[in-house]
Amino acid sequence: MKVAVPSEHQTLNAEVCSSFGRAPFYVIYDTKNKTAEYLQNTAAGSQGGAGVQAAQLIVDQQVEAIITPRCGKNAAAVVQEAGIKLYRSISGSIESNLKAFEEQRLTVLEEIHAGFHRHGGR
Amino acid sequence: MRIAVLSGKGGAGKTLVAVNLAVAAEKAVYADCDVEEPNGHLFLKPKENESESVEVTIPVIDPEKCTACRQCVDFCRFNALAMIAGKVMLFDEICHSCGGCQLVCPEKAIHERKRSIGMVQSGHDGEIKVLTGILNTGEAAGVPIIKEILKKVPTEGNVFIDCPPGSACSVMESIQEADYCLLVAEPTIFGRDNLAMIHELVTLFDKPAGLLLNKVTDGENPSQMYGLEHNLPILGEIPYDRELSAVNAAGNIVSREIPKYKNFFRELLQRIEKEASHETNTGA
Repeated sequence: MKVAVPSEHQTLNAEVCSSFGRAPFYVIYDTKNKTAEYLQNTAAGSQGGAGVQAAQLIVDQQVEAIITPRCGKNAAAVVQEAGIKLYRSISGSIESNLKAFEEQRLTVLEEIHAGFHRHGGR
Repeated sequence: MRIAVLSGKGGAGKTLVAVNLAVAAEKAVYADCDVEEPNGHLFLKPKENESESVEVTIPVIDPEKCTACRQCVDFCRFNALAMIAGKVMLFDEICHSCGGCQLVCPEKAIHERKRSIGMVQSGHDGEIKVLTGILNTGEAAGVPIIKEILKKVPTEGNVFIDCPPGSACSVMESIQEADYCLLVAEPTIFGRDNLAMIHELVTLFDKPAGLLLNKVTDGENPSQMYGLEHNLPILGEIPYDRELSAVNAAGNIVSREIPKYKNFFRELLQRIEKEASHETNTGA
């Protein structure tokens, strides 16, 4: 099964990125083969709709779960339509989050925020 | 003459200034383009309001004809479309109604429908015509409403455009047809930085502009320094005044209640008219 985690850097030692839609990279981790790939988020610089496009990227990877601290409503609508489960990340590295996921210690992310559209933009 | 009143941040005094300039002009149009939070009507209290719905077009995808080729999803630069399990998902609040998806669809599976995003109200406070744009809560883009407001603005006479805060698309739309831009700024570093942003914007649009300093105290005024350093004419200053604040907070118009402000806004209007005609004469 493939799991996606938003990340600032291309390493498992990095912390989970605080934004889902505008994370620079996604770690795509395969729990079966224990391999990690790094996917560049081409939506990160979008003027608007980054969440939708980022979610589409993840859906296209045939991912089954996402580990993230938060998720906007548009991105959540896309991934949930695709049957992807959202899990809340815990503090620590991406590696420790993946370990917690495999040991089923992560909880489902329930709260979906309305998005930070146009805040701080110029 | 069309005068746009703008500021880089909220709460700097745009509505205070735009409303009082309209009152100083006596016969005028006040156009509230701050469609996310229009509040000029709290002061001018227009009567006999008429409302008109503002609609945009959004795509409707026919699942019978759609072959999931994804061309519409790839085309949409606003990311309003997604393709999940062979089905197109539409996020209508993100859609900018460009109609591009309909054009690129090889199966002709997309047609359009209308969707209301808000309204424009028009009414009168004596000789002042009040136009108020109202964007429905939750909508992302107010530009179509601003366009409708500005369509209702006459070509002659004094028009005061109360702009949205900031320097994004909605502000650009609001100042597009303005003859003069009045920039309102607070005496803080934050105020100065926001002033710099809108000054850059009006310069880009090649608009004559002047600065009005609001909430002025005896201390340092970074916004005033900015104006002096950048040859931005300073057209006046409003003091940090408890009396003004109380009248304004009660929903009353200071130039109708306090004589010194009546004079201040009349003189400010004259200065703007002089500045604007000077700009026109020199062809700047």
